[in-house]
Amino acid sequence: MSKRIDFQTDPSRYRHWRVEYDGEVANLVMDVDEKGGLFDGYELKLNSYDLGVDIELADIVQRMRFEHPEVKVVVMQSGKDRVFCAGANIRMLGGASHAHKVNFCKFTNETRNTFEAAEEDSGQKYIAAVQGSCAGGGYELALACNYIMLTNDSSSSVALPEVPLLAVLPGTGGLTRVTDKRKVRRDLADVFCSVEEGVRGQRAVDWKLVDEVVPNSKFAETVQERAREFAAQSTKATGDKGIELTPISRSFAEDGSVSYSLVEVAIEREAGRATITIKGPEEDAPDSTDALHAQGADAYLLRVARELDDAILHLRLNERELGLLVFRTQGDPEKLLAHEKMLLDNADFWLANEILKYWKRVLKRIDMTSRSLVALVEHGSCFAGVFAEILWSVDRSYMMLEEFDGDNRPLATVTLSESNFGTYPMGHDLSRLANRFWADGAEAEKLRDRIGEPLEAEDAEKLGLITYALDDIDWEDEVRVFMEERASFSPDAMTGMEANLRFVGPETMETRIFGRLTAWQNWIFQRPNAVGPDGALQRYGTGQRGDFNMERV
Amino acid sequence: MLDLINVSYDTQIPNNVGLSQDKKVLKALEKWHPGYINWWNDLIPQNFQESLVYLRTAVSVDPKGWAKFDYVKMPEYRWGVLLAPQVEGRTIPCGEHYGEPAWQEVPGEYRNMLKRLIVIQGDTEPASVEQQRMLALTAPSLYDMRNLFQVNVEEGRHLWAMVYLLHKYFGRDGREEADDLLRRSSGSEEAPRMLGAFNEETPDWLSFFMFTYFTDRDGKMQLESLAQSGFDPLSRTCRFMLTEEAHHMFVGETGVGRTIERTCQVMKENGIDDPYDTAKIRDLGVIDLPLIQKKLNLHYTLSLDLFGQEVSTNAANAFNAGIKGRYMEARIKDDHQLKADTYTVWDFEDGKAVQKEVPALTAINMRLRDDYTKDAAGGVKRWNKIIEKFGIDFEMALPHESFNRKIGVFADRHFNPEGQMVTGAEYDKGLPEWLPTNADGDFIASLMKPCYEAGQYAGWIAPPKVGIDNKPGDFEYVKLHMA
Repeated sequence: MSKRIDFQTDPSRYRHWRVEYDGEVANLVMDVDEKGGLFDGYELKLNSYDLGVDIELADIVQRMRFEHPEVKVVVMQSGKDRVFCAGANIRMLGGASHAHKVNFCKFTNETRNTFEAAEEDSGQKYIAAVQGSCAGGGYELALACNYIMLTNDSSSSVALPEVPLLAVLPGTGGLTRVTDKRKVRRDLADVFCSVEEGVRGQRAVDWKLVDEVVPNSKFAETVQERAREFAAQSTKATGDKGIELTPISRSFAEDGSVSYSLVEVAIEREAGRATITIKGPEEDAPDSTDALHAQGADAYLLRVARELDDAILHLRLNERELGLLVFRTQGDPEKLLAHEKMLLDNADFWLANEILKYWKRVLKRIDMTSRSLVALVEHGSCFAGVFAEILWSVDRSYMMLEEFDGDNRPLATVTLSESNFGTYPMGHDLSRLANRFWADGAEAEKLRDRIGEPLEAEDAEKLGLITYALDDIDWEDEVRVFMEERASFSPDAMTGMEANLRFVGPETMETRIFGRLTAWQNWIFQRPNAVGPDGALQRYGTGQRGDFNMERV
Repeated sequence: MLDLINVSYDTQIPNNVGLSQDKKVLKALEKWHPGYINWWNDLIPQNFQESLVYLRTAVSVDPKGWAKFDYVKMPEYRWGVLLAPQVEGRTIPCGEHYGEPAWQEVPGEYRNMLKRLIVIQGDTEPASVEQQRMLALTAPSLYDMRNLFQVNVEEGRHLWAMVYLLHKYFGRDGREEADDLLRRSSGSEEAPRMLGAFNEETPDWLSFFMFTYFTDRDGKMQLESLAQSGFDPLSRTCRFMLTEEAHHMFVGETGVGRTIERTCQVMKENGIDDPYDTAKIRDLGVIDLPLIQKKLNLHYTLSLDLFGQEVSTNAANAFNAGIKGRYMEARIKDDHQLKADTYTVWDFEDGKAVQKEVPALTAINMRLRDDYTKDAAGGVKRWNKIIEKFGIDFEMALPHESFNRKIGVFADRHFNPEGQMVTGAEYDKGLPEWLPTNADGDFIASLMKPCYEAGQYAGWIAPPKVGIDNKPGDFEYVKLHMA
């Protein structure tokens, strides 16, 4: 799997999905091209999916928000007969490396979270209209929708057959959403997750696996009726005009470095690290929502978010040996804050809201990136407001203290803004500041009176906003030693340690998915009972069952 | 002491499984029974329900003399639960449990797989009755009508057989599945039958004969492989069902044969030698041989689709689990586990159909389909003998397996009946020569006039050589109830 996976796509390139826009309702049709797999060696039968299918879905969800704010209800459905979606393609999973499986699951999880949150964040409600079998990852797609309708034709069912069939877990949120979101009682969930064929008809409603079963002959009609009802109940403004998400500007250098218009990814392969440098805005913030709308995809904070998002995804999937990501910024913090303030002041304008919500997702994507993350707060940098969040997302941060010899850039500062107190919550619903201070909101609140004040290194260190403030004498050596040490540790231990320390305090469904469920799934993905030559996942399709080592670990 | 050969009539449900001593299952079946009777009563037009039909009813599972013939009203037919006798010391004939004693109870690990197989098999049984429900209105003779009803009541009994297994071995899930077998209905928009081919109407008698010859033969092959099941009750059930299924294939083969015979006879009588002189032949009220070939093409290829994908995980799982074997498993000389064997299947490479070797375990469907094709070829040969006897230059043939397929590697590609890949335009051009057109259907429909006189036959079909139960030619197989 050496080819570069590209996360950029657009409707003209979709092979697996189509969207029919019908005013306030969009019909999202999954019709996977069997021959359109991202890699060789498997066919995407029965609407099964691989990463390529999910990249399209993620693109659709993103465009639904930015390009089609007029849409209030999205109906996810199948374009195939008798099957809604059979889930992740098993042969693809069987043939994929462990790292690819993990990255695949992470991305699909993020995509599920994104459309699940679309109702709350953007007023776009997703309905799953299930006809035919809806199994495994297929049901997980439906579970992430806000409402599930199932036809009552006495054969369509919802199922999580992973355990009995493949000896793995329904790892794309399945186990967690069944209990935490759908409120299926845990013993019934135990039954449900052990039965290959799943549950159909009224029992699916009784067990809360779906919201509604509908007579088959009235299914299409009832689904559209329900969609109209939800659209009518929606409090989302009517008739918003979207913007076009034009292609991002991006080029790859021979050594793998990537240049975007506002983001540079420099690669030092020997050292096992990538340095991501984000440029601050040069132009002033738009002075009105009309001006923001006119800028569209070129609006600074949207453009930089899209580029940073793509860079993170690219590094995750395509540059797996770069274990350390270094975040830098360069630019005018005041200008950056003005751009952010414009959005915060106009958060009731749909596009401003969407850009802020997108930043929430991009920052979460950084939280969830299993690399060692470090931020360097150098002179001339702009870690202010939204960019300051990066400091509290990463594992450590180093800040330049006082003037450096021969460096005439403005002194390094960190500036808090209103947004640091809740605009970009992490997966467990705490602000990064609260998370940083032992999940103690009151502790974070103490920093409120420092909002807007450019804090130099000494203050920033004292307030706990950075890890170390280093002067000209120590900077180079300390940073070098840290990076070299970090690069020498076991990547597995790093991933485990970082994932544990990054999240402090309470759990939410989201963190249970990324923490508990994913960790167990990734453990199972390493175990011979699933992936060994005689494991169930490897043997799937051969007719032979997994040969299990029955020892409980 | 239970008598497991002769059928016990001491409960409402005839059986040889000791139902009267198995109160739990008896109760479940008795609860299911009214729904079944309602289904039957709503299905078959009323005047036929009241008619006396000369039917055979199973009275024993002894291969010699297992049935007796008598007049009966269909709703009063004694549908029962009949299993072939238990074979002492039977072992699991295939898969990873090969050689272990056959299961008398459902093995927990395979419960769902078994249940699914039984439900799919069970779903086809009532489906065909539903597909054929209107045919009696256009029966070409009382003899044929009787055969239709015999097939229908036996398909009904096969449903019973599957429902018994569901009730007896699958607890509450099984009872719910049994109820759903009556809830689904062929061609229904609300709850269609599980397999596509069983949702198409059987519009005329030639279709019925083709269906019983080709599609029931798929059923036979499925039953043959389930008869090899390591789950003994399923095996015994299917073995007895096969006894009945043979008659259905007989109805199909002789039905098509008699249609061919009549066409040849009328051609000869009218001095027509050219089988393609179809306008003239049709004017004489018989079905031209090229059209019969087209019907054959259609039904054979639809039936091939019922075998599923050439390479199938489900089939492999079922074989390896020992719950579904191959055709004549016991006679195959290999390890019965297919650990290292391969089998040849079709696949596509660079746009060309190629044959390649795959692990035999994954090609169980393909193998069964190949066995099916061999089995189906026999009747075609005998039909050709009839044509030959009349000295007409025409030969029926099974089309290539790539033609007109909706499932498997050939699906959605264009092949002619000889198996050559053709362009879309060539395909469209050839289609009226290869598959029945609407006009062909209309023509056949125009011949479908009832002939209810004892010993009389519609003009498009020859009388049978021998009567059922050796009855004479003018025997009144159905005493029609004329309301």
